[in-house]
Amino acid sequence: MEQPLHRALGLTDDELEAIRARLGREPNHNELAMYSVMWSEHCSYKSSKIHLGTLPTEGSRVIVGPGQDAGAVDVGDGLAVVFKMESHSHPSAIEPYQGAATGVGGIVRDVLAMGARPIALLDPLMFGPLSEERNRWLFCGVVAGIGGYGNCIGVPTVGGEVRFAPPHSTNPVVNVMCVGIAPADRLVTSAREVHAGSLLVLIGAATGRDGIGGVSVLASRTLEEDAGESRPSVQIGDPFAEKLLIEACLELVERGLLEGLQDLGGAGITCAVSESASRARLGAELRLDAVPLREPGLEPFEILTSESQERMLAIARPERLADVLAVCERWGLQASVIGTLVPGSSLSVVLGGETVASVPARSLADEGPVYDRPMSPPGFEEIRAEDPTFETVAVAPRDAFLAVLGSPNVASKRWVWEQYDHLVQGGTVVGPGGDAAVVRIEGTMKALALATDGKGRFGHLDPYLGAAHAVAEAARNVAVVGATPIAITNCLNFGNPERPEVMWQFAESVRGMADACRALGTPVTGGNVSFYNESGDSAIWPTPVIGMLGLIEDYRLLVRPGFVEPGLEIYLLGETHPELGGSEFAEVVLGRVAGRPPALDLEREAALHRVLVEAAREDLLAASHDCSDGGLAVALAECAIAGDTGFAVSLPGDVPWYVSLFAESASRAVVAVPSDRASSLEALALRHGVPWSRLGETGGPRMVFDALFEVTVDEARGVYEETIPGLIGE
Amino acid sequence: MSGRPRVGVITFPGSLDDRDAVRAVASMGGSGVRIWHRDRDLDGVDAVILPGGFSYGDYLRTGAIARFAPVMEEVRRFADRGGPVLGICNGFQILCEAGLLPGALIRNRQLRFVCRFVHVRVETSRSPITTGLVPGEVLPVPVKHGEGQFVAADEDLERVEQEGLVVLRYCGPDGTVDDRHNVNGSLGAIAGVRNEAGNVVGLMPHPEHAVDPDVGPTGGQPMLASFLSYALARV
Repeated sequence: MEQPLHRALGLTDDELEAIRARLGREPNHNELAMYSVMWSEHCSYKSSKIHLGTLPTEGSRVIVGPGQDAGAVDVGDGLAVVFKMESHSHPSAIEPYQGAATGVGGIVRDVLAMGARPIALLDPLMFGPLSEERNRWLFCGVVAGIGGYGNCIGVPTVGGEVRFAPPHSTNPVVNVMCVGIAPADRLVTSAREVHAGSLLVLIGAATGRDGIGGVSVLASRTLEEDAGESRPSVQIGDPFAEKLLIEACLELVERGLLEGLQDLGGAGITCAVSESASRARLGAELRLDAVPLREPGLEPFEILTSESQERMLAIARPERLADVLAVCERWGLQASVIGTLVPGSSLSVVLGGETVASVPARSLADEGPVYDRPMSPPGFEEIRAEDPTFETVAVAPRDAFLAVLGSPNVASKRWVWEQYDHLVQGGTVVGPGGDAAVVRIEGTMKALALATDGKGRFGHLDPYLGAAHAVAEAARNVAVVGATPIAITNCLNFGNPERPEVMWQFAESVRGMADACRALGTPVTGGNVSFYNESGDSAIWPTPVIGMLGLIEDYRLLVRPGFVEPGLEIYLLGETHPELGGSEFAEVVLGRVAGRPPALDLEREAALHRVLVEAAREDLLAASHDCSDGGLAVALAECAIAGDTGFAVSLPGDVPWYVSLFAESASRAVVAVPSDRASSLEALALRHGVPWSRLGETGGPRMVFDALFEVTVDEARGVYEETIPGLIGE
Repeated sequence: MSGRPRVGVITFPGSLDDRDAVRAVASMGGSGVRIWHRDRDLDGVDAVILPGGFSYGDYLRTGAIARFAPVMEEVRRFADRGGPVLGICNGFQILCEAGLLPGALIRNRQLRFVCRFVHVRVETSRSPITTGLVPGEVLPVPVKHGEGQFVAADEDLERVEQEGLVVLRYCGPDGTVDDRHNVNGSLGAIAGVRNEAGNVVGLMPHPEHAVDPDVGPTGGQPMLASFLSYALARV
């Protein structure tokens, strides 16, 4: 028996009832299609809203918090930084190249919609093990898609991360973050006054049948066996059109021609028009005859919900229309008046003189369902019982070190980021491959430090700690280069929220993120929730990915990780504890993801960041590097490889060698200082209550780990650099 | 005439490194003048840069559509009169498509985009970007392209080599030219060529992204300095 239309569109019976109640009548099928996309999980945040409300969103720098296209923070000099992260995991699982490419396009338009010039992209990615052919196909396709699109629009891809874990075999995670910059007084925010009588101008690509119901069919359901049949719901990207769109829209904003600007992404015209009207507390009349179509004969619901890429909706006064159209013409872009904002609250849709839909705009954009879904913790007994911390370790230290250094999670991702243009726009001071990317702010001495972090393994063992660690590590990653962490965005990647265990993981993660953001002074300015990352009975680990924004007052004082000269004193800031749960060592060497994640003292974490930032400002540091994945051993090795200089260290503390080398205790960093600055660093650390130990000195071609073992920098580099190319057969 | 040459930087739809080229020219003491692809005159500039990017989306073939842009007629006339013309990356591809430079650029040997700092070796002083440089000199510059493999028909390649039209080759830090350092598999590891008259030059690396010591290596400085003094010498 065929299911009723509303269910085929992804609406529940209760939701249909709610629609009937709003309208006081039966919705027609166009209206049903509009509600189905706007009330989808992806657009309405119906399962996550009540939890997200607990996040700290206020701060002295915050100009725009959650709820608009992207968050915005004040960085001084009259400038605002706009940033946002989003997921395109579901489309990428089906068609990796286009899925990832259109993800880039979508997030760029979010930033553009705020009137900001996109200046950086970062891509946090997660795949299943590369030993499986399908995972290699997904991995290579996603990376090529990100490069294929990003390289063509002139926005540098400066960072991100790539991780591998078995739960991602069927559910890759493809997140993308965009950062933009604009004069603060020119931001296109919902605070702008928008008037009745203003025109809705659709700019860019023609509307076709691609991506119909992408948000409801793809993004808001789990992927099943026949997922390949959803391929027509994946959109196709045209980065050339996006580049023209960027330039044209920025020109429109710079010349003050617009009252509003909205991107067309998920839920297409329906979303852009209903949100624009709702924010302006107005209604709208939408004329579908005026929408340029790629082919004749599209049904109204198709025009309304198509997710054809590279389109923006501008709101302009009628007297500005000629100027708006002239700018679009100059950039070779189609622009059409498709409607008008009208007094009242009704969004009416007209085609061929006939009204084909008429609903309250607010009911689509702001009055979607809100669910307090049931929650229950999954059983942790088995995982906790197998804590690897007190395992007998039979492997030789040198072998363990090479195994961890050469593990795909730790090894160099050069193969990935060399496919991304990270230089265009000329602002990239530190590109991919380090702790944080550093991008200059043109016309100032300031720079932004950008990092993304997700801690899937930790989240699996304890979602609260996993999220808190992700915030802490992202903040640490910007602090080690000398930047003050100022705000975050996020993408919250989870399984099916209709399962109480997943909902519990989500709530715990939000709680962890909230606590960490409060303690570290980094408010949440927005983000995205990606549910339904599961297929069959296999869900991904709960993985909130944090996008951190840090600010450096003078980029010439930034600190890099490389040991670039001999004779520097090497310090570990922070302490190592016997905590191997969820570590790279436990997974790679002991073969288990179990136990508890390391403890996290947020006050101590914040103190470490203050030491790092102050030390950078006082020019004490010759090198600085986060100590996390793979532990102290990997941190030291990465410093040596980056600067092509070895070291000799003794291992601090009364703990077994494998704890000392590989524990991933929080709130630690490796730094190197010229010997005449060592006492200043020690005094600074003491002042902030950050414990430190002096490990040894840089120099020579070898990395000497106490009396345990030694490895030449060249050998380590070989292992580190050749892992990923080796796995994909190059 | 002031000592500040005016350098026209052409923006095609899809040009990406145009603003960067203008900024680099300014940082080296020139004055960047933005020129639009539909313009039919070059505003009396002393030199022209065709910047990097994906003009017209690189659809059909890299540079294949841009060569028909209205401004290209003027560029051709300017070149015919001996005006200095520099094509960077996509600009190099356009100049090859327009027949102003020999050879063609096809997909990299590894079939992937590559963004990396490489070294190039100066092969001749007789080009607008290498006057004053000594053959054998090694410069660090970045490449970022998917289609940078230089190819030419056998007889063309022979002519390019014999007439000394090769301006730059990919090499190691010490100047060694070998397969390992040939970043995209170009014939003869060719990174840049000039025309016979010696006033038009194209290269895949990006000198405009290698002028600022705060950001990275500065191998682009001597090339752009040379380009500016070449432009001045003509005025």
